Amino acid sequence: MAINWFKYSAPSTFYGLAGKLVPWFAVAAAILFAAGLYIGFFVAPTDAVQGEAYRIMFIHVPVSILSMFIYLVMAGYAALGLIFNTRLSSMMATALAPTGALFTFIALWTGALWGKPTWGAWWLWDARLTSELILLFLYLGFIALHASIDDPRRADRAAALLAIVGSVNVPIIYFSVQWWNTLHQGATIKFTGISMHIAMQHALLTMFLACWAYAVAMTLLRVRSIILERERNTQWVLDLPELKNELV
Amino acid sequence: MKKLSLMSLLLLVIRRDLVLAMRRRADALTTLIFFVMVVSLFPLGVGPEPEMLRKMASGVVWVAALLSSMLSLGRMFSADYQDGTLEQMLLAPQSLSVLVLGKMLAHWMASGLPLVLLAPVLGLQFGLPPQSLGILMLGLLLGTPVLSMIGAVGAALTLGLRGGGVLVSLLVLPLCIPVLIFGAGAVEAASSGMNYASHLLLLAALMVSALVLTPWVTAQALRISME
Repeated sequence: MAINWFKYSAPSTFYGLAGKLVPWFAVAAAILFAAGLYIGFFVAPTDAVQGEAYRIMFIHVPVSILSMFIYLVMAGYAALGLIFNTRLSSMMATALAPTGALFTFIALWTGALWGKPTWGAWWLWDARLTSELILLFLYLGFIALHASIDDPRRADRAAALLAIVGSVNVPIIYFSVQWWNTLHQGATIKFTGISMHIAMQHALLTMFLACWAYAVAMTLLRVRSIILERERNTQWVLDLPELKNELV
Repeated sequence: MKKLSLMSLLLLVIRRDLVLAMRRRADALTTLIFFVMVVSLFPLGVGPEPEMLRKMASGVVWVAALLSSMLSLGRMFSADYQDGTLEQMLLAPQSLSVLVLGKMLAHWMASGLPLVLLAPVLGLQFGLPPQSLGILMLGLLLGTPVLSMIGAVGAALTLGLRGGGVLVSLLVLPLCIPVLIFGAGAVEAASSGMNYASHLLLLAALMVSALVLTPWVTAQALRISME
């Protein structure tokens, strides 16, 4: 039996698959958030240097990692759409952008909340903070460019080019703490080992998976809306049970 | 038809764009006047204390140069887009990247180079010492081409859109921030006696990478916008 690897590459088939997957990821995100926050706030010990204020790390670090990861995934989908001329890839890129922008904003905000008690300042113009701010501008620019072009295919392609050009910023954010003399903490999770208490590691991993599951759920939910909007004149959309009630 | 070498093609495009710019001198001059006005607004806003002005001089001049470059970007492709020349350029058998490079260089000569020449005068207004003025000028000389080149990518992506100049600025400014940081940083380093060569070398590296990469990216962006 031959497997059709591209069965879900069409908006019509992917719509159903996304609809089935959203509840799984949403429930997983809720459980992982509850578990992660419990471990992070109640089980993990007090930090030797920072006291209790460090616990915002369990939100700040996962969303920061994901803000960069989502940008790369978005640029990847955009590149796929540009190279292979597939509509669904560009729709996925468009669906990822608002979630990525939100995570970047939360990263900057929680970073400021963490910086005030520990560094004494809400904001510093060091390399990592500045490049993360640039990432937020890149997300907003992607959304703005896509929104300001009426023809959806031209919008997809133009925004894809912008996303690919902007992806050079992500390595800069990641390596900024090595390249520049910066106040932001360096890498704790290295290939040579992790210098953190085991409960903190568990909390961090759980929160990271929680944010990842949330991002997947939100993106799949958003791409369903985008598919409906872009494919509204096709027969399969008009035949959808959820729309049949509206159209009667 | 005579076969054109790449260099003569480049020179042809540069000469054409410069002649067209000379016919509309007002466009380039208004950008220059905007530059001078923005730089003059800062002392009026923050107060005339000389020490503070000297500290912020390089940043102010650089930000004003950035904003003036953003303003003039719309002119790069819009005239050719409206009268159909751009479509002919896309259809031409010659390399579109070379044509675009010519347009970028001509744009820089008409918009960026005057900023470089005027910057020392404005630096004097802020009380910068002569050595800092030299580094400011050198930094702008290396940085303004990068602004023109990255701006060309933005201008090509937003060809004919109703968003106007603001959308191009929103797209291009985040990508131009490294140029600003290194350019202004070079002058800061020089005034505090530290080594400024690394900043200028990084600026030069940015210029060379932009020179290599942006013409092709802009050509792709033009093909996307002109479907």
